[in-house]
Amino acid sequence: MSRFIEKNLEKDGVDRRGFLKCMAWAGTGALCVLKGGVLKSYALSDVMQHNVGDFKGDLSFVQISDSHIGFDKAANPDVTATLGEAIAKVNALPTPPAFVLHTGDLTHLSKPEEFDTLAESLKSLKTERIFYVPGEHDVLDDNGAMFRERFGQGAMGDGWHSFDRNGIHFVGLVNVMNLKAGGLGSLGNEQLEWLQKDVSGLKSSTPIVLFAHIPLWAVYPQWGWGTDDSEQALSNLKRFGSITVLNGHIHQTMQKVEGNVTFHTACSTAFPQPQPGQADSPGPMKVPDDKLRQLLGITDVNFVRGTHSLAVVDSTLA
Amino acid sequence: MKKTRWILGVVLTGLAAFTSIAVTQPGVAKAGDQPASAEVKIDNFSFGPPTLTVAAGTTVTWKNNDDVPHTVVSDDKVFKSKALDTDDKFSYTFTKPGTYNYFCSVHPKMTAKIVVK
Repeated sequence: MSRFIEKNLEKDGVDRRGFLKCMAWAGTGALCVLKGGVLKSYALSDVMQHNVGDFKGDLSFVQISDSHIGFDKAANPDVTATLGEAIAKVNALPTPPAFVLHTGDLTHLSKPEEFDTLAESLKSLKTERIFYVPGEHDVLDDNGAMFRERFGQGAMGDGWHSFDRNGIHFVGLVNVMNLKAGGLGSLGNEQLEWLQKDVSGLKSSTPIVLFAHIPLWAVYPQWGWGTDDSEQALSNLKRFGSITVLNGHIHQTMQKVEGNVTFHTACSTAFPQPQPGQADSPGPMKVPDDKLRQLLGITDVNFVRGTHSLAVVDSTLA
Repeated sequence: MKKTRWILGVVLTGLAAFTSIAVTQPGVAKAGDQPASAEVKIDNFSFGPPTLTVAAGTTVTWKNNDDVPHTVVSDDKVFKSKALDTDDKFSYTFTKPGTYNYFCSVHPKMTAKIVVK
């Protein structure tokens, strides 16, 4: 029995078909509006029938993920080019994002020149600031020292950090370090304790956005798509009415709602990966050249003050 | 004395038979031979074979055939490779008998073991 996509949402006007469209594996796009901890989800095709202004809020930010700079195999021989297209997509948004979250795997092999290319490319992003968390590809061989030196300014421990914008508390978590044989992603006790302290002074009505590389829910543990101690982290946040979790790692969009928590994974800007269990392994998936850009993309998130709603919109590069 | 010699003979014959069976398996070295070698392939996020039995003194070489980097790290840190990109190799010579569980520290679901006789 699969553990993903278990819950439908009632009274949101979305039928099962629409809901499944929202859950689309392959970046066809979804808009999700969170109100008081309840998610309303729409297929992107339906969203187009709405007035764009319906989803415009006081704050918008963008999530990009899994750039894998340095990867040059068949699944995408030019990942720098597709990252460039993702940047162009962000720069073309009607409302420039207040900031951008990069949810890890900036590079493929943690090489200095790969970090250089990534940093150079992202200079053209029209936004005030970019916040990063590392993926497992960013911490190879040096336990993430180079990543933290370049992209982890002001971060604690292995690179975790938090900040506040427009009344929302954002927390960047690191779950790609000190992984145990046979295990999944791991936050570790030190980070869990820090997280508890970090949110201790916040009102329960404060919307929380967690972002980390590996999904903080059991997407497909057989492929390592989950985090061993994520439930512990989330149980410490139970009192909050609205929690949004943004992850990367699996190179496809997926969504799940559990109580007040909405989980969302973003597309990669580099290459797609297969749907859970639909291939021998989760490795890079080669698709026909004309299909690639339909499977890569960015995620745009809008926050509407007063209603505490977050609208999550995935769009592809195609 | 004669009886002892007879038992010794049986034991030695048995040992020879065991050795001849053992050498038919890939990666198992003959006692007293040149140091043997064996290979573990990394394909589709798994180590093959998942259990490799070798004689002490065998050098095991791992080769990564995947499009993503993997590592070879023993659970108790006896050996630890750097990240292996596509086609990269890592070798380790096992001198002491024992069971060595290892995994990929990038994808920890990937586990396997080397048994050294």
